Amino acid sequence: MTSIPKPSVRHPGLPRNALGLTTRDYEGGMSTLCAGCGHDSITAAIIQAVWELDLPPHRAAKLSGIGCSSKTTAYFMRQSHGFNAVHGRMPAVASGVHAANRELVCIGVSGDGDSLSIGLGQLCHAIRRNINLLYVLENNGVYGLTKGQFSASADVGSKSKRGEPNVQPPIDPVLLAITLGATFVARGFSGDKKQLVPILKAGLAHRGFALVDVISPCVTFNDHEASTKSYRFTRGHRHELAPVDFIPLTHEIAAATVPGDPVSVTMHDGSVVRFRSVGEDYDPTDRDAAYAHIRRLQAQGEVVTGLLYIDERAPDMHGVNGTIEEPLTRVPYASLCPGNAALQKLQEEYR
Amino acid sequence: MKNDFAFKIGTVNGTGSASANGLIMQAIFRMGIPVSGKNVFPSNIQGLPTWYEIRVNGDGYTARAPRFDLVVALNPTTYQRDVAEVRHGGFLLYDSSWPLDPALARDDVSLLGIPFGRMCGEAFEGDRERQLMRNIAYAGALVALLNIDMSVVEGMIREQFGRKPALIDSNFKALRLGYDFATASFACPLPFHLERMDATADYIIIDGNTAAALGCLYAGATVGAWYPITPATSLMEAFKSLCERYRVDRETGQKRFCILQAEDELAAAGMVVGAGWTGARAFTPTAGPGISLMQEFIGLAYYTEIPAVFFDVQRVGPSTGMPTRTQQGDLMSLAYASHGDTKHIVLFPANPEECFSFAVRAFDLAERFQTPVFVASDLDIGMNDWMCRRLTWDDGYRPDRGKVLGAEDLERIGRFSRYLGDNGDAVAARTLPGIDPRGAYFTRGSGHDVHAGYTEDAAAYSQVLARLARKLEQAAAAVPPPVIDQRDGAASAGIITIGSCDAAVREAVDRLRSEGVALDYMRIRGFPFGAEVARFLNDHERLFVVEQNRDAQLRALLAIETGTPRDAMTPILDYGGVPLSAEPIAEAVKSGHELRPANYELTSKGVSSQFTAGRSQPGVPR
Ligand SMILES: Cc1ncc(C[n+]2csc(CCOP(=O)(O)OP(=O)(O)O)c2C)c(N)n1
Ligand code: SF4
Ligand SMILES: [Mg+2]
Repeated sequence: MTSIPKPSVRHPGLPRNALGLTTRDYEGGMSTLCAGCGHDSITAAIIQAVWELDLPPHRAAKLSGIGCSSKTTAYFMRQSHGFNAVHGRMPAVASGVHAANRELVCIGVSGDGDSLSIGLGQLCHAIRRNINLLYVLENNGVYGLTKGQFSASADVGSKSKRGEPNVQPPIDPVLLAITLGATFVARGFSGDKKQLVPILKAGLAHRGFALVDVISPCVTFNDHEASTKSYRFTRGHRHELAPVDFIPLTHEIAAATVPGDPVSVTMHDGSVVRFRSVGEDYDPTDRDAAYAHIRRLQAQGEVVTGLLYIDERAPDMHGVNGTIEEPLTRVPYASLCPGNAALQKLQEEYR
Repeated sequence: MKNDFAFKIGTVNGTGSASANGLIMQAIFRMGIPVSGKNVFPSNIQGLPTWYEIRVNGDGYTARAPRFDLVVALNPTTYQRDVAEVRHGGFLLYDSSWPLDPALARDDVSLLGIPFGRMCGEAFEGDRERQLMRNIAYAGALVALLNIDMSVVEGMIREQFGRKPALIDSNFKALRLGYDFATASFACPLPFHLERMDATADYIIIDGNTAAALGCLYAGATVGAWYPITPATSLMEAFKSLCERYRVDRETGQKRFCILQAEDELAAAGMVVGAGWTGARAFTPTAGPGISLMQEFIGLAYYTEIPAVFFDVQRVGPSTGMPTRTQQGDLMSLAYASHGDTKHIVLFPANPEECFSFAVRAFDLAERFQTPVFVASDLDIGMNDWMCRRLTWDDGYRPDRGKVLGAEDLERIGRFSRYLGDNGDAVAARTLPGIDPRGAYFTRGSGHDVHAGYTEDAAAYSQVLARLARKLEQAAAAVPPPVIDQRDGAASAGIITIGSCDAAVREAVDRLRSEGVALDYMRIRGFPFGAEVARFLNDHERLFVVEQNRDAQLRALLAIETGTPRDAMTPILDYGGVPLSAEPIAEAVKSGHELRPANYELTSKGVSSQFTAGRSQPGVPR
């Protein structure tokens, strides 16, 4: 069973958000992942983020591909429509959803196999198209659901459970996304909810494609000694480059007055992302500098995390297309069909 | 031979001859005379042979002409072939700027030489203009030879170049060059020529892809996803230009449509599925290779019950095949597209008029039955210019959105179960995202029960799948019924066809009937087949099935779906890539034999006995 309905238990003590909902109201079916799987922690972070953002559940659409990671869209937000599509093709489905109804808050969940092998092309093109989508890539270096084969994110030298080393160079989704012109690129760790939640919130507020790569250890197939995607390795090599606070629109004024902000970026809806500390030669709004800096740290064996690059000025897909503000699903038929008189007039040209 | 002849123009592609050919066809149409044009073109941008065939027929037959009264040969590399295609006693018009190889001359064909190249070289400046004007010059010669109304042609040139007087002058000059040379040198008009009629007033000239795009526009489609592929490309291009004309807000410039040029057909299918799930009318136009890539999404949409419309403008062969030639080779692969238990609604238009109306119908059926719907057109319908009845639109039309629950419905019913199907209904109500939290459900390609919950339980899975089968059974009564032409009291023989074969088969039937052969006619227009189809098969002892593919796919579908024995249906097949003519069909019916292209038997004989085992007995049906 992949999703078991959770009994709805009342917890009168739980805090409520502006909609009067508790985090419980944002939960989904019972997870059927292995106990300790990183993906479950990410699910918890997503629940926390949408609860804090007061997101009305029915306004969200959860989209995923296939894999243990992709299954998790069933484990949060049961009051939202969800679509567990086909392996590697969530970006296409998300593009269609976003094209049809631009008001939906699209939350995409994928894995490293789903995104970087079978779905690499779709990921790249969704980035180029800049669809308005939070894309959470739950990265464990293996294909969990098919029992532990190396994925395209496995590092050279990282060993499988049976001791075989990976020899092919990895694809790093963060560097890839920056190269392709992604407008929001971040990396988190499933073991650090405090860092991840504000990143997810900023990603949801971002208008455009927000890639959040999250190192998410697979306890069953890739959490052993010689793995570079294990809890231990990640904790030991994590370099928190750009930790952020996310200040939603309602707190804007307070945020803007904080003195000595190193860098803060105002999002299109007025919310603010405030970087708590960034290195001397690092600017998360400068694409080339961000890329070079991440490469440099990576070469030293560090796993760079944080909100690594952000561009709030680029138009999203609908901005480029010039689509009407109203979702296309709500445009009345009468304003889509030109009618018979126009058809007769048009056909004068076909004679 | 007034208003009943055919001619063919052989040129080099990329030289601008297409517009001259279109000019000639349209002028004939404006003279009120029924006409059809077939473009036989190469998969190439510039420099290879291309032909345009025009058939004039006062009685309104539009199938491809079997032979040519006149061939205009302007491409020396194809002279040999072009000369050979002139009928006995016919004419060949060629460019005499260069001598014609005497070996090519035929005693039974009159040669008409006009030095188009030399004349245009002297009269115009620059290579490109000389090249373009040579096309207009041969159009001018045809005006004289065929008795085309010069004022009609001049009027069209004025319309086309209204704001560029210099171009009007040079076109008129080129027209005159050809016209004057022809009248001075030959007995004009030729024995077969045109005479004004009044038979086209209610008609337009349109290709099927433009008509299908109009159907999408009128059906209210808002999301189109595609990846370019001949012969489907012009469908989306037409949709785009129609939308830019009718769906852009005058003040704000904002668009009431979204066209996504995907990275491949696989993605295009995913976009359509995503948009359909969200509640938009969405479609993708493609051809066979694209359908191959879309398989997994097609199955997903079928099993998760998402409306999606696919246009398959069929072309020749697997892989690239012959991409600029026509075929009906995807019938089987559309009917059961994808893996596992699937079956689909497929509509088969025969002409642009049906491309328009079936496009609209496809969206209605997709939403009513919550399933993928295919419109199986082909290159002949999609890209050739057809004379068809003026399209009309019923302003009372409202889209059939199917069963979609809103907030009030959800309030009323209490618990929503996505795949239940109340009271035994084959179609279960759906909800759209963004409307109401009570309508939320999880869409999954993995096994699901009636509540959309995950299942690996045999009974729960079978229950959902059985309902899907019932849905498709019901669809058989909702697809366009076959067109049946049956004289009082069924004849013992019937001929069945599909799609663009229609024009040729109808002409063959008329001809056979005039010769005393009693024959009933049925054209299939939808899959799954309705009751009328089975009845027609039952009512006839002798059946012929005409289609454009090698393996008699329509016959196979009829056998699978209705239980009619394959051997009771004699195949008449053509799969070389060019549109059908009536003659070989009529001949095949008369002989009672199956018909396949000439070289087919050579290769199959001795290789496999299966090809001869099913051979029907000869005998003229009466
Ligand atoms: C077309 C297709 N090929 C193969 C599979 C089998 N398959 C299911 S999940 C998966 C890999 C998933 O890996 P990843 O995206 O990293 O997810 P994880 O399980 O590691 O979270 C594969 C190969 C499939 N479902 N569909
Ligand atoms: S196999 Fe790995 S990825 Fe899948 S649920 Fe178990 S721990 Fe998680
Ligand atoms: Mg993985």
